[in-house]
Amino acid sequence: MLGRTLREVSAALKQGQITPTELYQKCLSLIKKTKFLNAYITVSEDVALKQAEDSEKRYKKGHSLGDLDGIPIAVKDNFSTSGIETTCASNMLKGYVPPYNATVVQKLLDQGAILMGKTNLDEFAMGSGSTDGVFGPVKNPWSYSKQYREKRKQKPHGEKEDSNWLITGGSSGGSAAAVAAFTCFAALGSDTGGSTRNPAAHCGVVGFKPSYGLVSRHGLIPLVNSMDVPGILTRCVDDAALVLGVLAGHDPKDSTTVQDPVKPFTLPTLTDVSKLCIGIPKEYLAPELSSEVRSFWSKAANLFESEGAKVIEVSLPHTSYSIVCYHVLCTSEVASNMARFDGLEYGHRCDIDVSTEAMYAATRREGFNDVVRGRILSGNFFLLKENYENYFIKAQKVRRLIANDFVNVFNSGVDVLLTPTTLSDAVPYLEFIKEDNRTRSAQDDIFTQAVNMAGLPAVSVPVALSNQGLPIGLQFIGRAFRDQQLLTIAKWFEKQVQFPVIQLQELMDDCSSVFEIEKLGSVSLKQ
Amino acid sequence: MAAPMLRWCYLGRRWVLACIDGGSRHGRGAAIGFTSSRKRGQSSVAQQPLITAQKSRKGEHKWAAVVGLEIHAQISSNSKLFSGSQVHFAAPPNSLVSFFDASLPGTLPVLNRRCVEAAVMTGLALSCRINKKSLFDRKHYFYADLPAGYQITQQRLPIAVNGSLAYSVCAGKKPSQVITKTVRIKQIQLEQDSGKSLHDELRSQTLIDLNRAEGQLRVDANISVHHPGEPLGVRTEVKNLNSARFLAKAIDSEIERQIHELENGREILNETRSFDYKLGCTMPMRDKEGKQDYRFMPEPNLPPLLLYDTASLPPGADPQQVINIDWIRERLPELPSETREKLVQQYGMLPEHSFALLNEVGLLEFFQNVIKETRAEPKKVTSWVLNIFLGFLKQQNLAVNESSQSPRSPARSSFTSGESVGRTDQKQGACCWSASEKCHGPEPSPVTPAALAELLSLLDRKAISSSAAKQVFEELWRSKGKTPSQIVSEKRLELMQDEEALERVCHAVMEEHPQVVMDVKRGNSRAINKLIGLVLKATLSRADPTVIKEILEKKLSS
Repeated sequence: MLGRTLREVSAALKQGQITPTELYQKCLSLIKKTKFLNAYITVSEDVALKQAEDSEKRYKKGHSLGDLDGIPIAVKDNFSTSGIETTCASNMLKGYVPPYNATVVQKLLDQGAILMGKTNLDEFAMGSGSTDGVFGPVKNPWSYSKQYREKRKQKPHGEKEDSNWLITGGSSGGSAAAVAAFTCFAALGSDTGGSTRNPAAHCGVVGFKPSYGLVSRHGLIPLVNSMDVPGILTRCVDDAALVLGVLAGHDPKDSTTVQDPVKPFTLPTLTDVSKLCIGIPKEYLAPELSSEVRSFWSKAANLFESEGAKVIEVSLPHTSYSIVCYHVLCTSEVASNMARFDGLEYGHRCDIDVSTEAMYAATRREGFNDVVRGRILSGNFFLLKENYENYFIKAQKVRRLIANDFVNVFNSGVDVLLTPTTLSDAVPYLEFIKEDNRTRSAQDDIFTQAVNMAGLPAVSVPVALSNQGLPIGLQFIGRAFRDQQLLTIAKWFEKQVQFPVIQLQELMDDCSSVFEIEKLGSVSLKQ
Repeated sequence: MAAPMLRWCYLGRRWVLACIDGGSRHGRGAAIGFTSSRKRGQSSVAQQPLITAQKSRKGEHKWAAVVGLEIHAQISSNSKLFSGSQVHFAAPPNSLVSFFDASLPGTLPVLNRRCVEAAVMTGLALSCRINKKSLFDRKHYFYADLPAGYQITQQRLPIAVNGSLAYSVCAGKKPSQVITKTVRIKQIQLEQDSGKSLHDELRSQTLIDLNRAEGQLRVDANISVHHPGEPLGVRTEVKNLNSARFLAKAIDSEIERQIHELENGREILNETRSFDYKLGCTMPMRDKEGKQDYRFMPEPNLPPLLLYDTASLPPGADPQQVINIDWIRERLPELPSETREKLVQQYGMLPEHSFALLNEVGLLEFFQNVIKETRAEPKKVTSWVLNIFLGFLKQQNLAVNESSQSPRSPARSSFTSGESVGRTDQKQGACCWSASEKCHGPEPSPVTPAALAELLSLLDRKAISSSAAKQVFEELWRSKGKTPSQIVSEKRLELMQDEEALERVCHAVMEEHPQVVMDVKRGNSRAINKLIGLVLKATLSRADPTVIKEILEKKLSS
């Protein structure tokens, strides 16, 4: 039952094959079994049980609220959840319990979804590995998959198996792992530079970033307001569309959401792709791109072409400026957004009370990790009066050029762009931490981040397994507010590639004894 | 916090000043921006240390002061600029704080339509150019009563720019001489108000109230002095002035200080200063970090604010979602300058009287209501309203009856979230010590326009004398509910119509005061006034002085 998609399990609930509380129990037990993945920061066991029971009553009365009623979901721990601790994986917000729900959370709950818990991330979503949060790194479920383990057995290695687990990617690694490990049927991530799509690609799930302005950010603790979008992680494209249908639409509490009424997102099954034009941006053929990903990328292009679609090479000439431009804009907004964490109204406060300034300084030093503090410092530097023109204004101009690149390509008749999501498959943690967060973020966001600059919808779809037996995802980028068209094409593609299901269950049973004795010093699961 | 604020920047208010000597007080007029000149004597030059002699010049030269005002005015709206929480005067601390106001992470600003309309209307009233597109910016600084660490304001592209306000002041040799001046307005911007810090010195704690719906006006004055024809001097900023009176005092004092500093060879520092109300001078403020860099950046959560006029209004636009400048223009009330002009034309009123009528809230309405109901001369009405009625009000610290606050328009707009945003947990917001005492405005006047109108009609019909009228007025003040006619008949204040009886009184007075009669006969023309007064007193002010004078003159000449 847990291996099913959201739509499938929703149908099972409606047909009475399983009840919401049974489903909840199964997910909860799996969350406990996979505790070692560190996917969840908080498991909202009691609240979820109540929700499941309420849902069950509705089903018994025949008053189901819809497709999401009784469906276990997870939410990244940077979305405000009323009565449930929301930490952003930071010391700064440890113990902070918001008094309100983010609009997207409220919408899911209004549809009867069961909130299993809050998922792990990089502190304040700053990172591309889900390794830099105060609750420790998230482990990629594929590290324990039959597919990956069998490949590794073929190769001789001296090192201990368990020390070589893989990262999930980030920053929504907890959400991606939660969906990949069957602990829930959909999860919310956030996507500022690729934070939903990157871990989706590494964890073999669908990661969807909607158009900016389509989904409310109210209650999402911001990284970069002008780029943040709530992301959706599911096991198939149809499920992402279903969740998007619930989340999309104007929110009076978020002035940047579009006013236009949103139509329901049911995806037609595409049979004919011959009228489509797929663009392959030549600038995305980066030297760092692994040959494997590159080969799957061209296979995908060939697939479209062989089915009659027009596949053309296009140019997004300002792509190479995206990383540095993003760095300026992101750190500037971070410097501004983080200013509210001063220890006065909420969150961490240090013991120093010599003066207000001393209290601020110590609170912020204790509350933020090096990555956050580094970005705050850079951002404040860029915003200084003497630097503003040279950095912030220039970056804004470059951002416009990057956005225009996409406009030009789409105006030339391209329906969607097809690109890699990540440079390679997931790397081992020990490998990943050899580089610092900044270098990693700059490398790993290369294919995903320009989309956020332009506010476009994009989705990462798992394609196949690498030689190592690890998932590889490809990204489709659509026109602004053509989310449905984008997902329709992604759905067709998904059907063609038949990505294998992660084989986790049997191994988990075998491994659980191993993991129980493993020291989980960095893991702090809160109940 | 987050009470909506309008900020007006007045730029380049100049006036020319000179001092008698370096230490003496320079002159100033009755209002801001007054011109006065005095000659500066030689003595001050002698006081100057040699080392800075090159900075001063011998002989006479004038100082020019340049003053720019930044006026923070609270918009009269029911809810705050960016949140749905209410705005009330003297509400208990932190009782009107939404999640946004407390800067809870993840909350976003939503612009209040009413505040935008008020800003547009202010812009129109001040002859500004209204920007069809304006932007919001974040201004960063750390302060305990600024929970977000930044203030949302309009730095780059404000809602209105380039306005002017013509105003008149009574100045010159004759008190009735009115001079019209123009002040230029640089910009009007919408900005969020910060919270309020309350410092508890005893426990060395600062308590924060995030309601911030108090203090409707706050002015920062930027001041510099220079010699005409030379570059502008270094400016100082005197912050947080909350009344026109203190503003004028602070500016005068700061100009005087700057001139004194410069004439003594010292330099003016670019600094913020505060005005010490007790000492009557400005003091440097404790500037902890030196010059602030506010690190302005665009507010990413508010799209550009777009305004329309009838020509540019998109067809089929939802009227709840757009603001039409022309529509607001049509609803602009008559501006004070127009009203004053009308008063002068319609009633032949002196310009200074038209000012006086408009300077007191509700007084004009009171005046107009009196005029409607009486046939007394407008001049008479003006004189009574301004001299007697207003005098009484001021003496008793009362307000005009009509001044009861005009009803506020329903402000909750489609711009702000229609839902009422809940309140933060008191435990999360820092609390203040106690609820501030409820503040009552002045009581309204007990004399209604109808009563005064009736009284003036009695006077006009010569049913009572003017001194009797004053008695009636005093009685009206004391005994609420009685009409002037009732008082007149109760107190028997009717004018004596019986000429024979009056003649008898006159006769008796003359008999009793032969010395005064002699004075009149010797040609002392003033002495007759004394007789008139005595007769009036004898008649308990019930006689018409002109009639008395006639009778007396007749008798004296006979």
